[in-house]
Amino acid sequence: MDFSDTPHEAEYRAKANAFLDANAADLPSLSGSEPQRLEKQRKWQAIKADAGFACITWPKEWGGAGGTAMERVIFRDEEAKRGVPDAFFGIGLGLCVPTVIKYASEEQKEEMVRPAVRGEQIWCQLFSEPAAGSDLAGIRTKAVRDGNDWVVSGQKVWTSGAHYSDWGLVITRTDPESPKHKGLTMFFVSMRAPGVDVRPIHQMSGGVEFNEVFFNDVRIPDSQRLGEIGGGWGVAIYALMNERVQGGKERGVPAKDIIALASNTPVGEGTLADDGAFRAAFADWYVRTRGVQLTRYRTLTAMSRGQTPGPEASIGKLVTAFELQEMSRLLVEAQGSYGLIQDDIHAMFGGNVHHDLLHAPGIRIAGGTDEILRNIIAERVLGLPKGPQPDKGVPFSQTK
Amino acid sequence: MNFDFNEDQEMLRSEARKFLEARCPASKVRAVVEDSGKGYDTELWQELVEQGWTALAIPEEFGGLGMSRTDLCVLAEELGRALAPVPFASTVYLLAEALKIAGTPQQKEKLAQIASGECIGCLAISEGPGEASRDRTEARFEDGRLNGTKHPVIDAMAATDALVLAKDAQGKASLYLVALDQSGVSRSALETIDPSRDLGRIVFENAIAEPIGDHTLLDRLLDGAAVLLAFEQVGGADRSLELATDFAKERFAFGRAIGSYQAIKHKLADAYVNNQIARSNAYYGIWALDAGSRELPTAAAAARVAGCHAFWYAARESIQAHGGIGFTWEADQHLFYRRALQLDIAVGSARQWQERLYSAVEAQTMEAG
Repeated sequence: MDFSDTPHEAEYRAKANAFLDANAADLPSLSGSEPQRLEKQRKWQAIKADAGFACITWPKEWGGAGGTAMERVIFRDEEAKRGVPDAFFGIGLGLCVPTVIKYASEEQKEEMVRPAVRGEQIWCQLFSEPAAGSDLAGIRTKAVRDGNDWVVSGQKVWTSGAHYSDWGLVITRTDPESPKHKGLTMFFVSMRAPGVDVRPIHQMSGGVEFNEVFFNDVRIPDSQRLGEIGGGWGVAIYALMNERVQGGKERGVPAKDIIALASNTPVGEGTLADDGAFRAAFADWYVRTRGVQLTRYRTLTAMSRGQTPGPEASIGKLVTAFELQEMSRLLVEAQGSYGLIQDDIHAMFGGNVHHDLLHAPGIRIAGGTDEILRNIIAERVLGLPKGPQPDKGVPFSQTK
Repeated sequence: MNFDFNEDQEMLRSEARKFLEARCPASKVRAVVEDSGKGYDTELWQELVEQGWTALAIPEEFGGLGMSRTDLCVLAEELGRALAPVPFASTVYLLAEALKIAGTPQQKEKLAQIASGECIGCLAISEGPGEASRDRTEARFEDGRLNGTKHPVIDAMAATDALVLAKDAQGKASLYLVALDQSGVSRSALETIDPSRDLGRIVFENAIAEPIGDHTLLDRLLDGAAVLLAFEQVGGADRSLELATDFAKERFAFGRAIGSYQAIKHKLADAYVNNQIARSNAYYGIWALDAGSRELPTAAAAARVAGCHAFWYAARESIQAHGGIGFTWEADQHLFYRRALQLDIAVGSARQWQERLYSAVEAQTMEAG
């Protein structure tokens, strides 16, 4: 048990800081419109790629740095300390492009991977549909073979970043007469191909981060197929494995800011910081959010020893999303009727807590709902049996 | 950074687990619970002493093995898992630690007796209903003599020596070391919700006592014990969850295993999450304890709050998952339930430690400016 950097880690941290200091003028922030932020982030991504700080764990042949998971975390920690958001490229570089590297042809990889690493091209993930969310294998978007092409029609939904993406990873049903999981095939598609129609979705939080994507007889060449015909489910699982490892990042207002706020929030004769119920709730929040962070260190330790991360890596988002929601509510509620004000002048922390409160329901659903995550823990970690699956082995066309 | 046990510690764990599986099955715990005259399992205690468990983290110069507290917490987790009915925590996490931290050279000689199993400790701070408090302590120390009544005291009947909280002539509360085998001390056993550990009342009438450490020792001692007990809680919580999971796979209702129903799945998944949260906080706690970090008060309180929550939830819901059979005397579930409650209260309740955690984070924040 040792929290301090090893000599190698300390050296890497110093190198990261020297790089970040030297490029301070180009560090992106959360301010500005989406196109402005995107432009800054693209530029920053290219600077990082040139210096070996983009895709740190990837092999050098794909534009990575051949580094360790620990190095990636160290760099990200130092970057985050300077307020650099983790935005725009996460889905592409975390999920889509690794899938391309595993399944695409050599020429395709030559063409697609480096521009993605440099932020020149952005990827999105087109999996969920109106009738297939938690039960992802229930997708209905059709792909029908026509010569060397496939003709794709259907609707995807909750597609983060589709509106600024260049490429998408799309899962389709190529054989409706096979059972649910068997008749699926994965492709990559240009988001500018004729017949791709992206429409933004207005979220309950007020933001517009994701979209509906309609496929109106979009032609995709067979050369853009990833994996076998009918092998799409395995490709999707490969892509999503990366998503769970990413989940569970720190969210919300840090502990020291909550404490400072509590000391300045009048309650009764004193402040919120004197209130027993609040102090107890804070303690529980602290233990659980800190526990997720510490669990991530255990995962990293396993990885740096060359072991596969244990199942404990799966608890992150399940815990942090709920805790974010409840702590935000507690803080807003403690303001009294003043808590009803949601703006960036009067509301605490420039309105961040109100934003978190309205955003948290989405985090509890995206990337595996709380309920699906509990099922995964119960089935894959504890080994409990699956429930009845009435559609198992039944041709998809005959299921409900 | 290296946030896990090393190979030697994993080997220590596997040896400890094998030993306890062979020598401390649930039937041994039950035997102590069912025999009101038995405060602890003397045979098991002797075996643990022979294996060097009480000597593990005592420096070699005092007859110990000179290993670290991180090594010790490996044993703590296994003892918790096995619900070992022995006064290990009172002796090793409390008395031995107090001697190591604050003992005079003469007092430290007692460490050799702990290593050899002749000395058993207890922490006597409570004086009746409510949480133990330095301010409200009525026990008095004057001219080398201690007067007062402490109850309840865990392992009071088994102990040879007590750490007693008392006020001096100036009204300042701190700890005193008192040998229990003297005419000024009388003890009586109390019935307890977890009879796998003994509980008693100790009356001191002009008992010979000597100060140990200053007024800061108690908090430091409780922080350390909170961390080590958190490992016992993690061990007990993991075992409770395993038993519930095994049962949920085998028990059928409405034509399928009850573990295939989400109501059971989600309950057990929540227990798994709690246990991981508790384990990670406990790791942080033991790092802070062993490294002598200034973050110890925060880390210890977090480990304790998470440990209390995890063991209580797992023990409680393990009975629920077992249904009626889990409510019977013959099933082992109540042994875990009782121990979870005992550990919940042992060095102050979760409520008290939530309070300590807030104060510790607040202090840390102020220190950082």
